[in-house]
Amino acid sequence: MNTVVALIYLLSSIMFILGLKMLTRVKTARRGNMLSSSAMLLAVLATLLDLGEVNYTFIIAGLAIGGAIGALMAIRVQMTEMPEMVALFNGFGGGASALVASSFMFERAFGKEGSLVELLALDTTITLFISILIGAVTLSGSLVAFGKLKGLVSGQPILFPGNNLVNLVLVASILFMVLYLILFATNPNQILLISMMVIAFSGFLGVLLVTPIGGADMPVVISLLNSYSGLAAAATGFVLANNMLIICGALVGASGLILTQIMCKAMNRSLANVLFGGFGVEDTASSGPGKDEAYHSVKSCGAEEAAMIFESARDIIIVPGYGLAVAQAQHVTKELADLLIANGGNVRYAIHPVAGRMPGHMNVLLAESNVPHEQLFDLDHINDDFQNADIALILGANDVVNPAATKDPNSPIAGMPVLKVWDAKTVFVVKRSLSPGFAAIPNDLFNYENNMMLFGDAKKILTELVHELKEITD
Amino acid sequence: MSTLLIGIYVFALAVFVGFEIITKIPPTLHTPLMSGANAVSGITIVGALSCAVTLEISTANLLGLAAIVFATVNVVGGFMVTDRMLKMFKSKK
Repeated sequence: MNTVVALIYLLSSIMFILGLKMLTRVKTARRGNMLSSSAMLLAVLATLLDLGEVNYTFIIAGLAIGGAIGALMAIRVQMTEMPEMVALFNGFGGGASALVASSFMFERAFGKEGSLVELLALDTTITLFISILIGAVTLSGSLVAFGKLKGLVSGQPILFPGNNLVNLVLVASILFMVLYLILFATNPNQILLISMMVIAFSGFLGVLLVTPIGGADMPVVISLLNSYSGLAAAATGFVLANNMLIICGALVGASGLILTQIMCKAMNRSLANVLFGGFGVEDTASSGPGKDEAYHSVKSCGAEEAAMIFESARDIIIVPGYGLAVAQAQHVTKELADLLIANGGNVRYAIHPVAGRMPGHMNVLLAESNVPHEQLFDLDHINDDFQNADIALILGANDVVNPAATKDPNSPIAGMPVLKVWDAKTVFVVKRSLSPGFAAIPNDLFNYENNMMLFGDAKKILTELVHELKEITD
Repeated sequence: MSTLLIGIYVFALAVFVGFEIITKIPPTLHTPLMSGANAVSGITIVGALSCAVTLEISTANLLGLAAIVFATVNVVGGFMVTDRMLKMFKSKK
């Protein structure tokens, strides 16, 4: 690598770090993202310069195809589908890193006499397989996560007996095969076969790691896969002896890991429990109180009755959840909030960290419908205000407002930080039915004296509510 | 010092930089941070570019081409969608 290019890579790395730093504040975030993308452009141009006189046909074709697909996806994706999109992109990033490592191996080693260590050196061989392992796990795991989010694969955790044992065996076999390649394999055909098996086993491992994880744990999984996609890039950086790749990969790896930690904390569960627990699998089967026993004093009302209570409310806290995204109800929510504000009310939004299917999912949806981010509060900052609120309006959230987490020490979600919505004078829960949330635990909130159910699709209910409220206030 | 060792130094320090920068991120920005960081992980494109530099239809070249496509989708899509999201984050007037 020539010195000029190496220095440009250093400049790019600095720009990436600054860009990421700016991304942590609302005011500077957009410029930060632009700085990062300029850094990427700079790095790509420097690389093209460094290649010198080569045939650019494949490069141009690849950039054109990839650029067109990426741009099209970015423009067309709905804000509600952001978790799917990020899941898919995590996979592409990891996949690309694994492909680079594989291509490098084919170019340098295959079809030639000698062991991989003789052809590539020991450290390169090891980092190469780390890159392939992490990259392939990220790709296949992300595809399963994408399938779950999109509803192509059941969102329920799929855990077969011995799932974790199979995973262990897979990891052990991969380690064994890599060790064999390093120590013994010299026949080109044998090396090829075993390498292919390492790739296949890694891909399979990614699938088995994500299938047991349920829909509501997706924020954790996506964060973790995000981290993996960075680590895969860093591993590729080791293979190619490129420090810029190592730096960027490490940054993304760290960022994904922090988000993973935040998500786990918000559910009061350890990462190991999320990954290997198959949460909610037994609970659905076990006896527990049936739906009829669990819900003995549920009250429901219609939009008209609710509108009258809303009309006289002064302090309203809205709690959005995944149901809001499913119903695409973010715009009508804003319309309702505007009406309430015009009527002299104070409207705030309480955002639980794991509401939705990825970190910050609700914030993006509400931003899309122009809710100022000053009206959005996280759990710690609003939880004590519910006792002064006239209305807590819950839109398609369930487990994050389940009083069992604080009141029943035997509940599977005991200890999970939840929004204390029941402290509000009146609670409205907009929900399609009484069916339990992801954790498969009945929600005692629905029995509370001050709780009213508004049964139906969030968008439909809110539209009716807006209509009724307009009638009263006009 | 060997290249590998230098790489390990760089990696360890960069992880710390990452932790330091991102620890205080407000929850509001979690999604754009993730998609933005994801686009940055597309930096592997730099490696991909040198994997397909001839016209030969070989396994190495085809893998390289696939790597370029994947990485470019990740980079272009990731940065664009992050910008689309961040454009929406407005303050009260």
